[in-house]
Amino acid sequence: MEDLTSPKQDKKNQELGEARRPWEEIAASSQDPKSGLSEPLEPEQWLETGPQPRSGPPQSPQSRASPPLDDVTGPGAPSPPSPAPEASFIPSTLALARQQLAAPWQSDRTTDVNPKAETPHSHRLEQSSDQGKSTAPQTCQSEGDIFQQSQQTERHLYGPEDVSNNNSKQKELRFNIFQEEDSNSNYELDHTESGVSEGAPSPLEIAIQSAKAYLLKTSSKSGLNLYDHLSDMLTKVLDERPENAVDIIESISQDVKMAHFRKKLDTLQNENEMLPIYETAEKQKALFLQGNLEGVDQELEDEIAENSLPNVMESAFYFEQAGVGLGTDETYRIFLALKQLTDTHPIQRCRFWGKILGLEMNYIVAEVEFREGEDEEDVEDEDVTEERDDGDSDAEENDEDELPRTFYKTPQVIPKEENRTGANKYVYFVCNEPGGTWVKLPPVTPAQIVTARKIKKFFTGRLETPIVSYPPFPGNESNYLRAQIARISAGTHVSPLGFYQFGEEEGEEEEEVEGRRDSFEENPDFEGIQVIDLVESLSNWVHHVQHILPQGRCNWFNPIQKSEEEEEEEDEEKEEEKEEPEYMEQEVGPPLLTPISEDLEIQNMPPWTTRLSSTLIPQYAIAILRSNLWPGAYAFSNGKKFENFYIGWGHKYSPDNYTPPALPPVYQEYPSGAEITEMDDPSVEEEQAFRAAREAAALPVEEMGETEEDEDEDDDSDQE
Amino acid sequence: MDAESLLLSLELASGSGQGLSPDRRASLLTSLTLVKRDYRYDRVLFWGRILGLVADYYIAQGLSEDQLAPRKTLYRGRGRKLGNQDPGDVVGSLNCMEWSLLPPATEEMVVQTSVLKGRFMGDPSHEYEHTELQKMSEGEKVFEEEVVVQIKEETRLVSVIDQIDKAVAVIPRGALFKTPFGPIHVNRTFEGLSLSEAKKLSSYFHFKEPVELKNKTLLEKADLDPSLDFMDPLEHDIPKGSWSIQMERGNALVVLRSLLWPGLTFFHAPRTKNYGYIYVGTGEKNIDLPFML
Repeated sequence: MEDLTSPKQDKKNQELGEARRPWEEIAASSQDPKSGLSEPLEPEQWLETGPQPRSGPPQSPQSRASPPLDDVTGPGAPSPPSPAPEASFIPSTLALARQQLAAPWQSDRTTDVNPKAETPHSHRLEQSSDQGKSTAPQTCQSEGDIFQQSQQTERHLYGPEDVSNNNSKQKELRFNIFQEEDSNSNYELDHTESGVSEGAPSPLEIAIQSAKAYLLKTSSKSGLNLYDHLSDMLTKVLDERPENAVDIIESISQDVKMAHFRKKLDTLQNENEMLPIYETAEKQKALFLQGNLEGVDQELEDEIAENSLPNVMESAFYFEQAGVGLGTDETYRIFLALKQLTDTHPIQRCRFWGKILGLEMNYIVAEVEFREGEDEEDVEDEDVTEERDDGDSDAEENDEDELPRTFYKTPQVIPKEENRTGANKYVYFVCNEPGGTWVKLPPVTPAQIVTARKIKKFFTGRLETPIVSYPPFPGNESNYLRAQIARISAGTHVSPLGFYQFGEEEGEEEEEVEGRRDSFEENPDFEGIQVIDLVESLSNWVHHVQHILPQGRCNWFNPIQKSEEEEEEEDEEKEEEKEEPEYMEQEVGPPLLTPISEDLEIQNMPPWTTRLSSTLIPQYAIAILRSNLWPGAYAFSNGKKFENFYIGWGHKYSPDNYTPPALPPVYQEYPSGAEITEMDDPSVEEEQAFRAAREAAALPVEEMGETEEDEDEDDDSDQE
Repeated sequence: MDAESLLLSLELASGSGQGLSPDRRASLLTSLTLVKRDYRYDRVLFWGRILGLVADYYIAQGLSEDQLAPRKTLYRGRGRKLGNQDPGDVVGSLNCMEWSLLPPATEEMVVQTSVLKGRFMGDPSHEYEHTELQKMSEGEKVFEEEVVVQIKEETRLVSVIDQIDKAVAVIPRGALFKTPFGPIHVNRTFEGLSLSEAKKLSSYFHFKEPVELKNKTLLEKADLDPSLDFMDPLEHDIPKGSWSIQMERGNALVVLRSLLWPGLTFFHAPRTKNYGYIYVGTGEKNIDLPFML
């Protein structure tokens, strides 16, 4: 449609005229418009459905399929959402186009371009007015006949493509038809001259002007007027040329309306909504900036030498083969964030542990090992407070006397493992998203692990959230997170057999006594295992993180020894009431570097699933291990290299429902004795019976006493 | 997610960690186009992946012109192994590219498989044995007998997919519209939710026939647009809080994760037409949800 120039023209008329033209061309190339007719028609309608052959059957939902009389008469009446005056306006424009459309079709017919004057014109129109007046439905054919001539005339009118000349004539024609139709009915458009009278100024012109004035009337609510809106809409449609425009015409109308408003509120809206995006982008931009530029060369060398950063991208590539991963750019950002972490803290080794999903935010976890002697110790307040509590309770008891002593002793607090050993072997840092600040998680205590085993809670994403649960979790979300991380690491961190070996130490025998070997080192002679072997047999993989005992620690801590020491300090009374068993069995778990084939099954389900990454190209495939116990834990190995990863919600898998532990039975607080045991008060009968019995018992005693005296006297008398 | 925008969608959904490996992606792209041609679907959605112990199922769904008509579900497993039984060894599996049509789910199936617990095996012909106590009456005696019922894994697969669809398949408001004649069409003028809308659960609908819509009061219905609001919103899901809604990459991506069926991720880039959901998980409902919130 190259002949369409800029839509914004002064003369709306011209615009409309041009708008009509493409329809004419479109319609010309389409099928026979008459075949599209289906309804008993007023001439308007027939014309109306004509130019829409490309949009499918005239029965499109939003089509003005309702009789044009209705359209024209009741602007508010028709059900289609489009405003009615629009409907009435458009049919008239379409009318014109339709006529043009029919014209080429007519070309094989008599191309009688007789410049028929007004009279035949009016004749015709009178005929059409007859039709309009008659309510009998017209058949297509008859209409076709009638309009042939009119079209030819119009064709002549339009022939020279002189729009401006034709405009007035077009409008005349259009409004004439309008008038004829509506002479029967109430018509809101102001046509004072209902009849066809040709006075000056011509009623047609007045009709045009009044119609246009109506359309230009500004809406009291929105400040738009129909005329402008329609022209904007048609412009948009013609610019964009969507498919099946008639089906989405309402949406287009809405869009055009919204476009008016958008400009005014543009700045406000954008600011509020786009701000977080910009903030995040700023934060992440900081990641990409290189460190300070002083002494660049020196630093570069240092960096390369002391690289504690893992090759996250390489691991990510391998995990992607398994279908696990966060997407390349996300992983790269995490990579940079890890670099930032290693730059700011004295870190010996660092690893991307994984991602834990939360309700509001997620956690990105990094496993870190500090350099020797550079641990950052946090003051541990927990143990101190516990002791204080015991002291207080002792004091209370001494103040008040004669209270029954309780048996209950607070269970021995099992101390947490030292840093760098057992469950606290590594330090974990978390952040909510790459570019955020890394927060160090506190070391984990056995109590936390024990409780974490009994509860199952979603993480929210904020570290200070309290964990409300039964049994009450000693700590907030950061502790819970740390405990889960410890459990996941202990359960799912595996490596190929032989990758790690025990260090050759002198005191090996001592270690055996304690039941634990807790140090290992990389095996420099590791030659790799065939990938196929890794996939086929689980015994080729070993755990390299210590198993956590039911106590909550990796190394057994015997609470009895300590309590013996405390006993000496306590009162002797308490000593007697101690009920703790003298000997607690040492908890034993599988030693370090046990193959995972020894892992327990979960209800006849193997604890690990192995896969080859690619089935189509097995020679370059890698072995992938997927944990069934901790869904989301993955490990891969290509024979020489391996890596572990976790992505998930942070919970263990259990085929059965979670049931919160039952409350313990009510504890017996004090020894039962006669003074404290409840007894029923004796009833009246019992009391009387008791009294009677007592009196009965008293009598023989008295008698006995008398008889004894008698006997004594007798005896005495005897003896004399 | 739409098979046509598979790559982009996978990238957007990658925040949950589970996606597809490159060879799977490539094979899916080709096989889904072939499925579309062969079955003459209007749209093909890659529904997701159910992880089994031995093998995984890849599920796709085909939609006809009417978007809410019952969808045809197809699955692709590992195929029969001719020879070795080793897990992961696909020597001889000829069915890497072939999809099989699953039968539509019936109420009976759902009830029958609700007793099954545990993971999927990965073999569609695997049979679960479930012992039931059935009352048998012989003459006048009524006694209970243990009957071993065998349920095929395929049935279980069908019912699980159906349950997940009914419970947590999500579509943003405005993506589909309803015509007065009944059929539901894709809304071509859907330009994405605005940012403020995207953060609200009420702008997302369940992608299924509405159930609660009729129970709404007239007042509520008056505010709804009948051509757009013809499905149930996520807002009133029970239990409350079973959806985790997060913005990733600043405000450039909205991710909804279901907590009831962990593994279902829905993503949408506001102000764009990109949206989709994918399920990658074990196919088990998280019944512990109330304890976990």
